[in-house]
Amino acid sequence: MLSLLWLVPAIPYFSFAILAVFGKRMPKSVSGLLGVGSVGISAVISVLIGIQFISSPPEGDLFLQRLWTWIGVGNFQPEIAFHLDALSLLMMLVVTIVGFLIHLYSWEFMEDDEGFSRFFAYMNLFVGSMLTLVLANNLVLLYLGWEGVGLCSYLLIGFWYKDSYNGAAARKAFITTRVGDTAMAIGLFLLFWNLGSLDIQEVMSSASMQWGTGSGIALAVALLLLGGAVGKSAQLPLQVWLPDAMAGPSPVSALIHAATMVTAGVYLIARTHVIFDLAPIAQAAVAIVGAATLLIAGFSALKQHDIKRVLAYSTISQIGYMFLALGVGAYSAAMFHFMTHAFFKALLFLGAGALIMCLHHEHNMFKMGGMRKQLPLTFWTFLIGSGALAAVPLITAGFYSKDLILWRAWTSDSGSPILWLAGIVGAFITAVYTFRMVFVTFFGESKMQADRKPGVRISVPLVALAILALIGGFIEMPHTLGHFAPFSKFMHSVLPEVHAGQYSISAELLFQIIAVVITLSGILIAYIFYYRKPELSANVAKSGIGTVLGRFFYSGWGFDWLYYTFLVGPFVWIARVNKKDIIDFIYTIIAMICQIFNFIFRQTQTGRVRSYAAGIAFGAIVIIAIVMFT
Amino acid sequence: MTAIPMEHGLLLAAVLFMLGLIGLLVRRNIIFMLLSIEVMLNAAGLAFVVAGARWAQAEGQIMFMFILAMAAAEVAVGLALVLLMYRKFKTLDSDQVSRMRG
Repeated sequence: MLSLLWLVPAIPYFSFAILAVFGKRMPKSVSGLLGVGSVGISAVISVLIGIQFISSPPEGDLFLQRLWTWIGVGNFQPEIAFHLDALSLLMMLVVTIVGFLIHLYSWEFMEDDEGFSRFFAYMNLFVGSMLTLVLANNLVLLYLGWEGVGLCSYLLIGFWYKDSYNGAAARKAFITTRVGDTAMAIGLFLLFWNLGSLDIQEVMSSASMQWGTGSGIALAVALLLLGGAVGKSAQLPLQVWLPDAMAGPSPVSALIHAATMVTAGVYLIARTHVIFDLAPIAQAAVAIVGAATLLIAGFSALKQHDIKRVLAYSTISQIGYMFLALGVGAYSAAMFHFMTHAFFKALLFLGAGALIMCLHHEHNMFKMGGMRKQLPLTFWTFLIGSGALAAVPLITAGFYSKDLILWRAWTSDSGSPILWLAGIVGAFITAVYTFRMVFVTFFGESKMQADRKPGVRISVPLVALAILALIGGFIEMPHTLGHFAPFSKFMHSVLPEVHAGQYSISAELLFQIIAVVITLSGILIAYIFYYRKPELSANVAKSGIGTVLGRFFYSGWGFDWLYYTFLVGPFVWIARVNKKDIIDFIYTIIAMICQIFNFIFRQTQTGRVRSYAAGIAFGAIVIIAIVMFT
Repeated sequence: MTAIPMEHGLLLAAVLFMLGLIGLLVRRNIIFMLLSIEVMLNAAGLAFVVAGARWAQAEGQIMFMFILAMAAAEVAVGLALVLLMYRKFKTLDSDQVSRMRG
């Protein structure tokens, strides 16, 4: 069964090729079936592989499938080879299962779109690239997948290309992530230059042997890889592209910009954790980036009125939690939050997409209101997703994963109370903005009339993801609830256990109670401000400081303005000033010199045979003279 | 019979060559220019023959055979060109035919 591993990425690629070539001539039912079915088959194979991997683990908890050598130049021999261990298995399962549900949803969501088969071609290419990324056994193949998902992200954000705003958003996403990708590429060059290999296992083992803890080269490589991760995962300071990426269709936001691609950075750091362990400064940087991002994005989410932008900032914030966990060395906690986040955030985006579809493409949630009665199924599933996002205790998956991160942020040897404080403030804000969204959208008076109900292909993914968002957390229970933890046990075959001192169960209970109180009070505040007494929030927003802060948060802390003023503006200015291109001047001079010589030598071409003959005779004399007198 | 010294032979060849070259350069009539080329070719042939006689080798005379064959071919082509030139431009003055000027 394990030997079928190559089929998991190959099937979506194959379907992409067919859809790309014949998509236009296919009826929509066929291209939909192909697009959804290919990911479905991948998901089935992944599940079968997963069952076999867990029930009878291969030797060394690792399965390697070598297909062929990709490039062979000297000792640079990257292969097309897939590496299956606990980490990549988890990623593969999440990508294929959540991916399949989202594809199924898109089948109905995109039904009336003229680019239907193009959409599924891109989506399948994305799934294939993402699987290449997570299964790659060497960093070159990983980079191929990394760029592949970036390309698909670009294509899908700008999917409705007829509106130039969408094209601009797609370019912004592509260029911003390119900054990180360049850093990552330099990091890979450094790795190869120092260790002579890019095979992940080899690099990790030789790095830990050759580089000492805290050595400069480990720090440099770790920071460069962090740069790549920051770009892809929309963390500070490269987070600006993700809110704009909401220009794409909602299933794209769910699949690429919530569940899978944006967590590639988390995967990269977890995969190369050996290097980060060798560079404590870089690891601290990961934690600080995570903590700062989760706060900044959380505050920004408070003031958005576009429902998808709220979710986008919330995604940035939740990935911040994952980075925080990575930074304190709690790798399995980060992967756990990745998994639960994939469930509930995909659910939220799909729910938001269903709302938007049923309400004539209205994005502003303040124009919705009272959808609870009109779209009950969407309401209940969205409520479950919001509960998981806000970490409602005990019943939702988000509670278990976020609680684990908060606990580790304090107790881990590299953790600190400040990181915990950031996390707990973030948890409070998360509860507020999440339930603000719920109350504004689903409660109160109906301001719009839904003109359709979501059909079966939309409802099934919503319900399935809602179930996962509820039960997904039960595979990792804290000590206070019996310490049933097969997830981290499974992950520890690849990822190291967190270094932490011994703490009593009562201390852990105290932390959990604090987190629960914070979450519930956040929900209560949202309830008061946006449902009971909406005039309160209006008053706050109208007051002097409220307006200033509101505008500040609405613009995402002014990062767009900052980048526009200090990067885009000067660049455009230089381009305008340098319209004639100073560098080009050098080449103009070279061309002029050539023309001058051309003019001189052209004079010798008289067209007279006799002058040519004289030239030949003269030349012959000169050569004979040289031969004779030297 | 006393052998002619090689220097004399070579000197004659050089003089012939110079005459040919000067003829080539000063004449404007294309037929005279072809004649001058023939003179130069024969000067070169003479030099070969003299050298062959000096070292008592047959190669010098064989080379002259080649030169004769080449000269015959060259004259055939050259005269054909001259004929064409005359038909087209109604002149034999080579300086008049300078349309290849760069």
